[in-house]
Amino acid sequence: MRGLSLYFCVMTSAELTASRLMTAVAGPLWSRAAWRATKSVLAALFVATIGTALVGVIGVAWGAAIFSLATGAGNIGHIAVYVAAVIVGPVVELWAVQGVTALQRSRLRTVAGTDISAGSRTERKPWPIGPWLSATTWRQIAFHLLSIGIGAAAVVVAICWLAPALAIAYLIVGAPSAAATVSCIGAVALLFAAPWLAQFVARADERLARSLLGPSHTEELALRLESLAKSRAEIVAATDAERRRIERDLHDGAQQRLVSLAMNLGMAMARFTDVPEPVQQAIAEAHEDALLALSEVREFIRGLHPAVLNDRGLKAALSGLAARAPLPVRLNVDMPQPAAPSVEAVAYFIVSEALTNVAKHAQATQAEVAVTRDGDLLRIAVTDNGAGGAVPDGTGSSESGTGLRGLMQRAASVDGTLTIDSPPGGPTVITAELPCES
Amino acid sequence: MRIVIAEDSVLLRDGLTRLLSDGEFEVVAAVPDAEQLLKAVAEHQPDLAVIDVRMPPGFTDEGIKAALVIRRQYPDVALLVLSQYVEESYATDLLTEATSSVGYLLKDRVAHVNDFLDAVRRVAAGGTALDPDVVAQLLVRRKDDPMSRLTPREQQVLRLMAEGRSNGGIVELLKVSPSAVEKYVTNIFMKLDLPPTGTDHRRVLAVLKYLGT
Repeated sequence: MRGLSLYFCVMTSAELTASRLMTAVAGPLWSRAAWRATKSVLAALFVATIGTALVGVIGVAWGAAIFSLATGAGNIGHIAVYVAAVIVGPVVELWAVQGVTALQRSRLRTVAGTDISAGSRTERKPWPIGPWLSATTWRQIAFHLLSIGIGAAAVVVAICWLAPALAIAYLIVGAPSAAATVSCIGAVALLFAAPWLAQFVARADERLARSLLGPSHTEELALRLESLAKSRAEIVAATDAERRRIERDLHDGAQQRLVSLAMNLGMAMARFTDVPEPVQQAIAEAHEDALLALSEVREFIRGLHPAVLNDRGLKAALSGLAARAPLPVRLNVDMPQPAAPSVEAVAYFIVSEALTNVAKHAQATQAEVAVTRDGDLLRIAVTDNGAGGAVPDGTGSSESGTGLRGLMQRAASVDGTLTIDSPPGGPTVITAELPCES
Repeated sequence: MRIVIAEDSVLLRDGLTRLLSDGEFEVVAAVPDAEQLLKAVAEHQPDLAVIDVRMPPGFTDEGIKAALVIRRQYPDVALLVLSQYVEESYATDLLTEATSSVGYLLKDRVAHVNDFLDAVRRVAAGGTALDPDVVAQLLVRRKDDPMSRLTPREQQVLRLMAEGRSNGGIVELLKVSPSAVEKYVTNIFMKLDLPPTGTDHRRVLAVLKYLGT
């Protein structure tokens, strides 16, 4: 009984191994990946034939025309044809190269499911000379000429798939012999190799396309930079919008309620003058607290996003800022048209923090803020007549240094730069340059 | 005295209505936006309009704009503008067009009920009521004008005048004698080259000169 069960066990395991082997060897024959790869390489064969023929023939014709001109053959009519061919050749070739490239890209996308992006848009050059000076065109031509190799490999893949049929045909036509047996075994081997070969060729095709039709390393970096810059600008704008939303919510909610609370307490104070002293005092304290909370919320909102910036723009916001500064501030704003809201917000906070820094650390008696719009650049200069010696500090060991570091980060968030010129003894000049398009 | 209130927050609109009614003013209309404010002013011809700066639909400076329209169309209506934050640029706009019967206060000031009611009366009587915050902001801006001729004490007196205080009020605040205040005021008029007309008018002119509008 025990032996029998062991026997079954062994059988089962042997069967399992056999079935696994079957799956491993024959499975790929009807796997989706194999068929997809086969479809892809056959499509590659088709497009590569057209592409190589077109690009090659035009290229050869152009070369032949030049050669004929150089060797000085033929009558005036021939020469005219050759000259025309030499001039028109590059244009037609360019059409062919770009047309076939588009065809290959769409083939790769639809059949192989591989999206190969074109290079960055800034790389586009004017027709018909520009593209010939660009490495992109030459890489494409290289691809089209090499792709016939992929085409040849695709033919081999097709032969592998069809090998059994060929073997059967051979058996039917020819007499059974040792050669026939060998060819039968060979055919089966080829059939089993077909899925692997198809996938290998498909991968090679993809890799070749990616390296020659896709963006070059520089282009890829440029593309990446473009997308990073875009996403960062979006984040900055989103943060800005979020701050505005919070400001609005606080204004419509907490602030109004606090005013109402303070007002009610004020009315109670004014009305209930005959209540016991402790009650009066409690009301008075609550009243004071409410007013304190109100001014704290107001300061918080000002630090978050001053409403005047929305309503009246940078100049008005800065004039309020200068007016509230604890030291005299001369303000000089010259910007004919407003900058983007997020840039204006950054400019506002740079001035705000710079003035706070001046008031806290510079021992200055006056400051000057100058904002000028210079083409696509918003230039901000905050000058003080203080002690100088300000150094940005990333370690956070000095409060003023951390503040300056924060200014630099703010400027960098919109791709701007910030420099600090602060010799010992002063004066300190903080200059920020922020790019602005609108 | 008949008053129209424009304030978009229901809470504050009701609160202000209660506050002013308790102060024995008659609130003839309380509306939530600038458009209805202009209608209410046209309909009721009030003595004074209490106006919130930030109202629908844009929630920016609708109140200031409406105040300026009212001043042009109904010059007899006194204007008291309230805001969660005072900004020098709004004050300048307001004072460029409205030189008397005008006030611009932080909303917090309504919590000091008696002071606020005083300000309402003052503005309705043709005076000014500017928030100390506004005055401070406006003061910082001007440094190189006739103001420099004033002594610090005179500047202080002028500042209180700008807030809308009477001589009596200034006496109380600075703890000086009435004759001293009168002397300061006369000096201010003289130093600012103000024409010898009625004192009230000169007061307003002094304030405006001070504010540089």
